[in-house]
Amino acid sequence: MSKVTTAKMSEEPTRMGQEDSFGGYMQGWLRRVRAGDLGSLPIIFGLIVIAIIFGIREPIFFVPRNFVNLLLQMAGITTIAIGIVFVLLIAEIDLSVGFVSGVGGVAMVLLLREGEGNPNWPWWAAILAALLLTLLIGLLHGLIITRFGVPSFVVTLAGLLAWSGVVLIMTTKFSTAGTIVIQNEIVLGIANSFLPTQWGWAMFAIAVGGYAFSTFSQRQSMVRQNLVARPLLVDLLSVGGLALVAGFAVWYANQDRGVPVVAVIVIVLLVSWSFVANRTRFGRYVYAVGGNPEAARRAGINVARIRIMVFMISSFMAGVGGIVLASRLRSVDTNTGGGNLLLNAIAAAVIGGTSLFGGSGKVSSALLGALVIASVENGMGLLGLASGTKFVVNGLVLLAAVLVDAVSRRSRESSGIA
Amino acid sequence: MTGTATLELKGVSKRFGAVQALSNVDFVVRAGEVMALVGDNGAGKSTLIKGIAGIYPFDGGEVSFEGKRVTIHGPRDAANLGIEIVYQDLALADNLDVVANMFLGRERTLSFGRIDEVSMEQACLETLNSLSVTTIRSVRLPVASMSGGQRQAIAVAKAVMWNSKLVILDEPTAALGVAQTRQVLDLVRRLAGRGLAVVLISHNLHDIFEVADRITVLRLGRKVAEFKRSETTQQEVVHAITAGSLESVPGMVEA
Repeated sequence: MSKVTTAKMSEEPTRMGQEDSFGGYMQGWLRRVRAGDLGSLPIIFGLIVIAIIFGIREPIFFVPRNFVNLLLQMAGITTIAIGIVFVLLIAEIDLSVGFVSGVGGVAMVLLLREGEGNPNWPWWAAILAALLLTLLIGLLHGLIITRFGVPSFVVTLAGLLAWSGVVLIMTTKFSTAGTIVIQNEIVLGIANSFLPTQWGWAMFAIAVGGYAFSTFSQRQSMVRQNLVARPLLVDLLSVGGLALVAGFAVWYANQDRGVPVVAVIVIVLLVSWSFVANRTRFGRYVYAVGGNPEAARRAGINVARIRIMVFMISSFMAGVGGIVLASRLRSVDTNTGGGNLLLNAIAAAVIGGTSLFGGSGKVSSALLGALVIASVENGMGLLGLASGTKFVVNGLVLLAAVLVDAVSRRSRESSGIA
Repeated sequence: MTGTATLELKGVSKRFGAVQALSNVDFVVRAGEVMALVGDNGAGKSTLIKGIAGIYPFDGGEVSFEGKRVTIHGPRDAANLGIEIVYQDLALADNLDVVANMFLGRERTLSFGRIDEVSMEQACLETLNSLSVTTIRSVRLPVASMSGGQRQAIAVAKAVMWNSKLVILDEPTAALGVAQTRQVLDLVRRLAGRGLAVVLISHNLHDIFEVADRITVLRLGRKVAEFKRSETTQQEVVHAITAGSLESVPGMVEA
């Protein structure tokens, strides 16, 4: 019976990828949304609600000055949340990022101290050294987690305590008050300077042009090889949408002080890390480890190495965030990296749509989530709410995001698209 | 059918602590034939293929691939030789699409480390077409959205795409319905038809008698029988699986 009938597997050979028409594409999208693959929908909905509530209660919420303040406030959270996105993608957690960012910021400030008997490091050397330090901290966390098989939750919780102690030791050792002021103009400029109007528009042109180029060149190579590309209209709409949103942001910021330099830094970080996550082997392996570590291992991926590198990214981005925050506050003190910072960063990643269960999420969710968190904090600040109320509201926002994640995950599972 | 031996194991053993999972097993599979590997639970089938895959390397014995002595230390070694294993639990990452899964661990790259999605997608489509797999609607959907039969087809196609010489299928039809089982069995036959050596692990003797050329029976870590499909019956195989010709339980200290 070695001759087996080659039964046709289906009546008619279906074309690979049928969603090549715009209508078909939108239908596919609607089907996914109904099945629980909500994407950024909950955030857009949340932002509209936030805008309506605060806009009605406090019209100052919408003035250009407050918009620029919002951009400054969200820079640090966004930066740290990018690292958290990577950690969540492999279904781990890093609770130490708050104080690791503190260690990074404090280390930089200490190296910058000017005058007799002080290190007097140039700004770039101090920043590099601080980032190297946080990279090593991430390496340490990753090695402990992978070598000893301890849950990342516990290791980074220990890190949270230990690194908060390090911040305390470093700040009190060199200053009796525990507060060290930054004097270097370039470092202060990171989070306190703004682009002139034309430069703001130049950045806009580079960003939108770059996005359009990458979208259409991808499309071109798909079409050339006879593969099914996204409908042209979808590509046009996404480029147009970005141009509209970014154009409005630049125009509005220019009504006040202009586009903050730190906003450009954050965009560069977002684009670079999105590239790493979506276009490189490393990024692919991060998703694979988060989706099915066993499959990744059998595919010959060094899972432990990916895990260690992800914890290094998370600590490194915490370090970058720490430098941004130190620059914004113009000083570091005994509580640098403490307070709400850790929770805000994790909340930003989760609210932005990165799943706590691993394998699903985007780097850009750090930006969207940070926008939600920072708007809520900013709005509540304008309303002059008591800190107790702020904590409760922040907690509820985070809870809502996690519930959306859990519920949409369940409905995705029941409809078979995890 | 009497091609050269693609894989030959001579007297391989594997011990996990106090458990002798495999003792002194000989196993040969040739190009262009389907070798079925059967045995009850705990007979050592999985240990044998995990040894071949390099996941739990053997403690003793010789492994030859295409006539050459080899040692397989990890999944990469096995893949480099041209051995592909399609696992029972499929080992696909649900959150990745078909292309990403088929190339997992072996992505093609362009400058700046960019993954070459276009050429990967093309190769993926070509392979699926060459195997007449037409049930997959889009290779850009996450495999989580696919049925058991489709996933099995992807896993098998992955093995073919890498020009493997030996494909090992672990219970490929266990979770499938009648029509899907049919498709997978056809696929298995097509693999052998292409000149690949195929090892098929299954509990379903009906499936085995449909596609296998030879049948190896393991029991309690030993090889108890090897049959030619054309010269045996299901009863004979069942007897070998359950009763076997073992005088004693290997690894147990004689009283």
